[in-house]
Amino acid sequence: MIQLVNLYKSFNGNPVLRGVSLAIQKGELLALIGRSGIGKSVLLKHIVGLIQPDSGTVLINNIDINRLRGKQLIEIRKQFGFLFQGGALFDSMTVYDNVAFPLRERTKLSETQIRERVFNELEEMGLKNDWNKFPAELSGGMRKRTALARAMVMDPSIMLFDEPTTGLDPIIGQTILDYIQQCHQKIKFTGVIVTHEVPKVFNIVQQVAMIHQGEIIACGSPDELQKQNNPIFDQFITGDITGPVQYI
Amino acid sequence: MNGIRKVGAFVLKRLCDLGTYGLFLVTAIFWTFWSPLKFTRVIDQINFIGVKSTLIVILTGAFTGMVLGLQGFYALSKFGGESMLGPTVALSLVREIGPVISALMVTGRAGSALASEIGIMRISEQIDALEVMALNPFRYLVVPNMVAAILSVPLLGALFDVCGIWGGYLVGVKLLGLSGGTYFGEMAIYLNSKDVFHGLYKSLSFGLIIAWICCYKGYYTEYGAKGVSKATTQAVVICSVLILIWDYFITSVSF
Repeated sequence: MIQLVNLYKSFNGNPVLRGVSLAIQKGELLALIGRSGIGKSVLLKHIVGLIQPDSGTVLINNIDINRLRGKQLIEIRKQFGFLFQGGALFDSMTVYDNVAFPLRERTKLSETQIRERVFNELEEMGLKNDWNKFPAELSGGMRKRTALARAMVMDPSIMLFDEPTTGLDPIIGQTILDYIQQCHQKIKFTGVIVTHEVPKVFNIVQQVAMIHQGEIIACGSPDELQKQNNPIFDQFITGDITGPVQYI
Repeated sequence: MNGIRKVGAFVLKRLCDLGTYGLFLVTAIFWTFWSPLKFTRVIDQINFIGVKSTLIVILTGAFTGMVLGLQGFYALSKFGGESMLGPTVALSLVREIGPVISALMVTGRAGSALASEIGIMRISEQIDALEVMALNPFRYLVVPNMVAAILSVPLLGALFDVCGIWGGYLVGVKLLGLSGGTYFGEMAIYLNSKDVFHGLYKSLSFGLIIAWICCYKGYYTEYGAKGVSKATTQAVVICSVLILIWDYFITSVSF
């Protein structure tokens, strides 16, 4: 279970998070939506302890991640998988080595077992024939799929996706959302998807939270929110230029 | 009043920076001894920092020795001391020029690349990816470079010395007609193991400085291409200046 309690964060005096509170139950998948540059990725990085809040707490299974150091932090991070917005692939390694990396470093599997696991993941992602390419040789979509394969290969119990479909064509985007849904059904991870893929993403998540001006202004199941008549949420979903929020 | 505040803020910022430099070094040393070494990474980095620097060290070493041979012969001939050319070249190289110039060469060739490589890993979130995978970035990025630099730089310094002495021999003996026996004989009398160890210790500390500063600058790179270029430039400049300052202190202590 992930609990964010009253998180505040500023960068160079500019407030990004202003009292964000959110709870994601075990095995639940939540979509975090909101305008670009509003602090969604920052919030995601707070969950895994990459960014420390100015105040507030981040509880992972009732443990405050920001109070952990050394081995305790390593242990809790072993539960996480993280898909970075840009992929964050190791550019000196091939696709195969990128996906095999966490298995080699964190498990005692033999190279044959690692090979089997990696090729299974790559096959799921449609990258089996590109296993020996370097990230620089891949398209944006292939890079994202490689990163997703690397994030999922350890079967994490908490999975964080930072814009998994941004920059991809609609078919690949839908394939990735389907894959996330399949994995979620299979391993029942607790997850957060930062995305602009609305309303498509509503089909695969149990909860949706919208962040606006550093606060969560709407949170609930996709059906509840769509019925709720929240003008900011409705404007975001429909993509209207006119509405309570002036985008430009 | 405002001016005083600005000066105070500047001084505090610099003190904080010094603290983070120190903390970075202590953390790197801690992880070097606390966790098992990533041997393949160390070997890769020895190849990158050491093996790939050999050509540039051989070239600079040989030509530095040749210049020392020419200038030394000119100066010594003023008072009929040409026979002392061997010890002059060898002592200058082994105690001073070898460790310093080889370290500066490594800084320019490998240190800048280290800073930019780690900097690019920082801005493309590869270091964050390591952390999220519950892996320690120091063990993967900093410690192998530190061990590799500490092992490679003294060896490169020694290679520089050998090439320099050979360069001095070419000029002094083959070009200017000094006897080969005199060149090496006098060298054997005046150059002792203390001088060799003096140069070795210097090179060891320079290796540590190169890895420390270049990894630090890469690790704390600010965002964007400009951030990486700034980090790389600062790494080379700070490293070079620090090597020369540290050289003076270590020389004066063991003088």
